[in-house]
Amino acid sequence: MAIVFEKPHALTDAPLHYCPGCTHGIVHRLVAQALDELGVEGRAVGVASVGCSVMSYDYFACDMVEAPHGRAQAVATGLKRARPDNVIFTYQGDGDLAAIGTAETVHAATRGENITVIFINNAIYGMTGGQMAPTSLPGQITQTTPYGRDTNTAGYPVRVCELLSTLDGVAFAQRVTVDSVQNVNIARKAIKKAFQNQLDGKGYSIVEVLSTCPTNWGLSPVEALDWLRQNMIPYYPLGVYKDVEAGVKK
Amino acid sequence: MAEKVLMKGNEALAEAAIRAGCHHFFGYPITPQTELAAYMAKRMPQVGGTYLQAESELAAINMVLGAASAGVRAMTSSSSPGVSLKGEGISYMAGSDLPALIINVQRGGPGLGGIQPSQADYWQATKAGGHGDFQVLVFAPSTVQEMVDLVSDAFDAADKYRMPAMILADGMLGQMMEPVILPEAGEKQPVEKPWAANGHQNKRPHNVINSLYLTPEKLEDLVLERYERYKVIEATEQRAEEYLVEDAELVVVAYGASARVARSAVNKAREQGKKVGLIRPITLWPFPKDTLKAAASHVGKMLTVEMSMGQMVDDVRLAVECKIPVHFFGRTGGIIPTPAEVLGEIDRLLEE
Amino acid sequence: MAKIIVDELVCKGCSMCVNACPLGLIALAQEVLNSKGYHPARLMHPEKCVGCAACATMCPDTAITVER
Repeated sequence: MAIVFEKPHALTDAPLHYCPGCTHGIVHRLVAQALDELGVEGRAVGVASVGCSVMSYDYFACDMVEAPHGRAQAVATGLKRARPDNVIFTYQGDGDLAAIGTAETVHAATRGENITVIFINNAIYGMTGGQMAPTSLPGQITQTTPYGRDTNTAGYPVRVCELLSTLDGVAFAQRVTVDSVQNVNIARKAIKKAFQNQLDGKGYSIVEVLSTCPTNWGLSPVEALDWLRQNMIPYYPLGVYKDVEAGVKK
Repeated sequence: MAEKVLMKGNEALAEAAIRAGCHHFFGYPITPQTELAAYMAKRMPQVGGTYLQAESELAAINMVLGAASAGVRAMTSSSSPGVSLKGEGISYMAGSDLPALIINVQRGGPGLGGIQPSQADYWQATKAGGHGDFQVLVFAPSTVQEMVDLVSDAFDAADKYRMPAMILADGMLGQMMEPVILPEAGEKQPVEKPWAANGHQNKRPHNVINSLYLTPEKLEDLVLERYERYKVIEATEQRAEEYLVEDAELVVVAYGASARVARSAVNKAREQGKKVGLIRPITLWPFPKDTLKAAASHVGKMLTVEMSMGQMVDDVRLAVECKIPVHFFGRTGGIIPTPAEVLGEIDRLLEE
Repeated sequence: MAKIIVDELVCKGCSMCVNACPLGLIALAQEVLNSKGYHPARLMHPEKCVGCAACATMCPDTAITVER
């Protein structure tokens, strides 16, 4: 018998601190698989952002830099401009990328920085214990929207792929999820493409991954996958929002 | 042999940085330092470097954090309100042991304040550059030539001690023109940075640049290690100029632009036969305590002159350990004190 | 002929693999507690495993190695 599935090299042996069933782990693996398949772990530098995934610097086996909250894409810009031969990626949550770091996100995108952005959208702040995120759904109950997100006072969720795909600097924007084997495989291809684009000098590529937060959603991991399918995907449709190479622009 | 050229302070800072091997500049426009960024925008492409106008000072300082993490010499420049925004990145760089240069061409504050020269960011630069226990190397030039020289020294010290360094200038120095001799580019070899996050090339364990330590003991250990470095810096890197101090009954203490005014006042006083000297701190952190303490053993009193409501005066008092009275004279809001005003204060104190 | 190897020390008993196995061959070992306090996943019918790797694909902790 031969091994057909094992831990990618670009993940360290450090056990992940994430809660049981948190899909961060799946996405970590997909990023590491992309680094493995493209043979770029040795050239890669990842930027960890503040939030649950801040300690991803212990999990990715490539060089890693921790950015201040929201500044991951500014840090990535500095890294890439300093050493264009390095393969630079950020790994960011929704609070980091779409609230405190919105300016850094929009401007890295509009500059067309040749970086790869992995965006975890789980509609909640995980690390601080379940507060409203910029991507929390209308009516969603969180610690800071105990009566449900009221759009009259808390506004509407930010649709990041839609927003960024209007910018000329963006080469590739795709929204995926990891709720099933089939969707994990789609996500895997999207993430690999986002890295391949950087190697080809195509410019800013973002993959938004609809993810679960079973703990702060108050659901079991399997129930959380159902909640994601029933509530998140309708609000955040999956698909390619922009692909300059293929001429796709939604 | 390098020739003498006439340069504006802001432009001299920029050219000196390029010649010190800094090819990565990230900034955001703000008066009165904008000529620096404009000069970089022109020069960086000529040397194959990066000039990037960021979307904010926050982004600019974090681009510096990224470039510094990659192991290159990187810098940003701003003026007072912009430096407040950079405080976040400065703290993170200190916490991540990253070398970089920040230039503050100070203007009046607080708030949006004004756009005229000021020295009201002394506390921010030396004591409160951001949250947490840390220090930043702070250099205070008082001529355009010194701006050139200190940029190079600041980069060297930042690399040596793995920490951010700041040039604390002001709108007067930034805007004035003086003849300078520039060093040749590439005189110094780049420093080896084995800690840099520039890709391990499958040849070493992965480097991690971070400032998060959830175990208090670990965080305390790291801060203690940093403070051991600070002790070495305080023991070896203090710099000050002494001018006519030896026989002085009164010593004026001033840095940067106000030191230029103070020197004129001291010269005038000497012409009138008054025994007055000047101590000009060149490093504000480490503060030149030793020079001040030594002077306090034979000087009757001191007068600090600042373009603020009196910030450095606290450090002067601490340095002389209350052995002699330390007085303060300053103007704020963007007003540069005149030599006559300072001389008047000197006269008043000598007659006391 | 195929099999999965679950790293029982790493497994957090989240059941994502249990849910993903198209043949329903995996269950949490209720009689076992690992050092983290979780019931780890186990292949209950090894003879039926086809090595499709659906379980490993859905495992957030990369605790499953698949051989075929």
